[in-house]
Order: sequence, then C-alpha cells, then structure tokens
Amino acid sequence: MSIFEYNGSAVVAMVGKNCFAIGSDRRLGVQLQTIATDFQRISKIHDKLFIGLSGLASDAQTLYQRLVFRHKLYQLREERDMKPETFASLVSALLYEKRFGPYFCQPVIAGLGDEDKPFICTMDSIGAKELAKDFVVAGTASESLYGACESMFKPDLEPEELFETISQALLSSVDRDCLSGWGGHVYVVTPTEVKERILKGRMD
Amino acid sequence: MECVFGLVGNGFAIVVADTSAVNSILVHKSNEDKIMFLDSHKLIAASGEPGDRVQFTEYIQKNVALYQFRNGIPLTTAAAANFTRGELATALRKNPYSVNVLLAGYDKETGPSLYYIDYIATLHKLEKGAFGYGSYFSLSLMDRHFHSGMSVEEAVDLVDKCILEIRSRLVVAPPNYVIKIVDKDGAREYAWRQSVKDTPAPTA
Repeated sequence: MSIFEYNGSAVVAMVGKNCFAIGSDRRLGVQLQTIATDFQRISKIHDKLFIGLSGLASDAQTLYQRLVFRHKLYQLREERDMKPETFASLVSALLYEKRFGPYFCQPVIAGLGDEDKPFICTMDSIGAKELAKDFVVAGTASESLYGACESMFKPDLEPEELFETISQALLSSVDRDCLSGWGGHVYVVTPTEVKERILKGRMD
Repeated sequence: MECVFGLVGNGFAIVVADTSAVNSILVHKSNEDKIMFLDSHKLIAASGEPGDRVQFTEYIQKNVALYQFRNGIPLTTAAAANFTRGELATALRKNPYSVNVLLAGYDKETGPSLYYIDYIATLHKLEKGAFGYGSYFSLSLMDRHFHSGMSVEEAVDLVDKCILEIRSRLVVAPPNYVIKIVDKDGAREYAWRQSVKDTPAPTA
C-alpha cells in the first residue's frame, strides 16, 4: 500500500471556453475505513485560482497552509494576486524543497491568467510540472479519471456544459475506485463568477 | 484494545474512552482515565502509545493554559484543534507522537464541536468519530442510530449500545469505560461503565 493511497482521493480539472472547472471527491478514509464524507480537497487561493491536493490528507492540509501563507505575503509585497503560472512555480518550489522527504501530495492547479486564459496543471510530489491544454487528473481514481475524461471531454465547452462533463467524469470514475467517492465537490470558474456545487453520487 | 469514540448532540458533545492500561498481553490497570480536561470547556480523548499519550496531551493542556494566561481569553475549540494538529504535523517529520485525538469542546459562538486528529495530523471536524479497534463497531452503530440534535439521554443510550457491542463482539475488548460530556456549563465526567473493579491490595 502506498502512502498516497492512505486516505483515498480523486481530483480533476478541465478547461472550457474562457473558463475552467475543478472537482474532487469528498471522502476522507483511513485505508478502507471511511472517517468522513465532507472532506475538502479543493481550496480557493483567490477568485480566479484554485488548487486541489490529492494524496495524504495531512500533507494536503500542511501544504495548503504553507501555500496560503506564501500567497498572502506575495499579495502584501506586490499588491496584486498571483498569476496561475507563478503560483504553479511556487507550488513546485515548495514541493522540491522537500526532495528527499516529500509531501505525499499530487497537486492540481487551475486558474484564469492574463486575459482570462484558462490554465491547468498537475505535478508529482516533488514538483515536476505537467501542463495540459484539456484536462488533468490526480488521486487514487486517476486511472479511471483518465478514461472518463478522455472519452467525455470536448474542447471549448461553455461553463454549464463543462460542469456537466466534469461531474459525469468524476462520478463515473469514483464508482470504480474503492478509496474515493461519497459525492463530489465541483467549482466552475468564469471571468465574472465562481459557481460551487456539491454532488451526490453513489453514497456507499 | 483501545476504544475511543465521541459524538455531538444538541448543545453538548460526549466522548468515551476505555480505561485499560495495556502492555502487550498484560493488563496493568483497568481504571486509567484517557480523557483529559484541556480547559473548562474542552475535552481531549487520546489513544495510542501510552508514554506519548500522557506526554502529548499534557503538553497541549499546558500550552492552552499558557495562552489563556498570556492573552486573557481562552482558545476556541477550533483554535485548540488547529494548534494540536500543528504540533503533531511538525513532530511527524522529526519524532512522531503516536497519538490519536478526539477533541470535544463548547464555544459560546459556535456551540459544541468535535474534532478528529490522528497521529499523521489529519484534522477534521466531525459529528461522530472513533479510533482504535472499537471503531469497527462504534462507527457502524453510530451510522445506524445517530441523528443530529440528539438529547443527552439519547446520546448516552447510543454510547451504551456501542460499549455493549464492543464488549460482546470484540475479542480484545476492554472491560471499563469513562464517559465525559462538555456543554455550556463546562466539561465534566458523566459516568463510568465498569464491569471489572480493581480490587485494592490488602493492607499488611
């Protein structure tokens, strides 16, 4: 058993037309035992930037606290929000700092950059960035997420269609994974608004 | 072996812990109180390595007290839980404490709350939670019989159901339990459930 699979997780992000969506499951488990069904893996950094942290829940919480801290310092010094590309580099740097004793997390970063161009990216636990134009996945359900996204994703979807696509991909993937599931949490972000929705799935 | 569990009811939180001090196959003591008063309105029920458990809970207790002396206001339950998590998280990559904690408290603003913090420093707010071998039984029973806004009588009934189930179905079941409650009037010992009494040594 890998430490990445200790708590169970599924995180996915997709790009649409001038928008993006990021979603995750809601289970917090300890191996096969479910502790809670309202766990948050996706966090808002600012209005147009989100991060989902798959992997070990404890390290996800630690990493999130460090990232928020660094982003607040940046805001104070620069008097502006971080660009998604910059933030991705920050995450990468924080992860690589711990090269030989890593945080057991695989982050998914999604944001709107200059001229509201969507940006999505994932990383391994030591900060090797993997940029994508369409979708990125992470967590114990990543294999089934790849399949679902590969078959459901279409480029340039409008926000509402994008929500439907990411939700269906997430829900069908976690049904094939024992360690993730118990509903989902999806954010759809457009230049003007953030829509947060909680999904009910197979609650078993 | 160790059984610690707790739940949140209407205006109170209740925590239960077994009272066996066990080393390998030997029971040293069956009236060891594993639930500590953090301050007037907080309870910390801990399980794990006995040395770590005593050392760690005492450390948290004294630091919560120190904060109150310095600032004149007590920590909220959420703040105490986050402090506890922080300590476990920093210890995790140095020399970890093998301690799992259920932290129950009552705050004027937020009412009763229960926090799950395991030795890897995963923090989560729950309505019902459990640690140890007893969790296999107490979690299932609480899933079946728990509802939000339970009265003290209902909650104690449920606790007794859990204890009965553990005693009858768990091979390594501890005989005795202590039940503590925290509500607006503060934290207090509610009752003991003893099936074995420690006989005092005859005086010479």
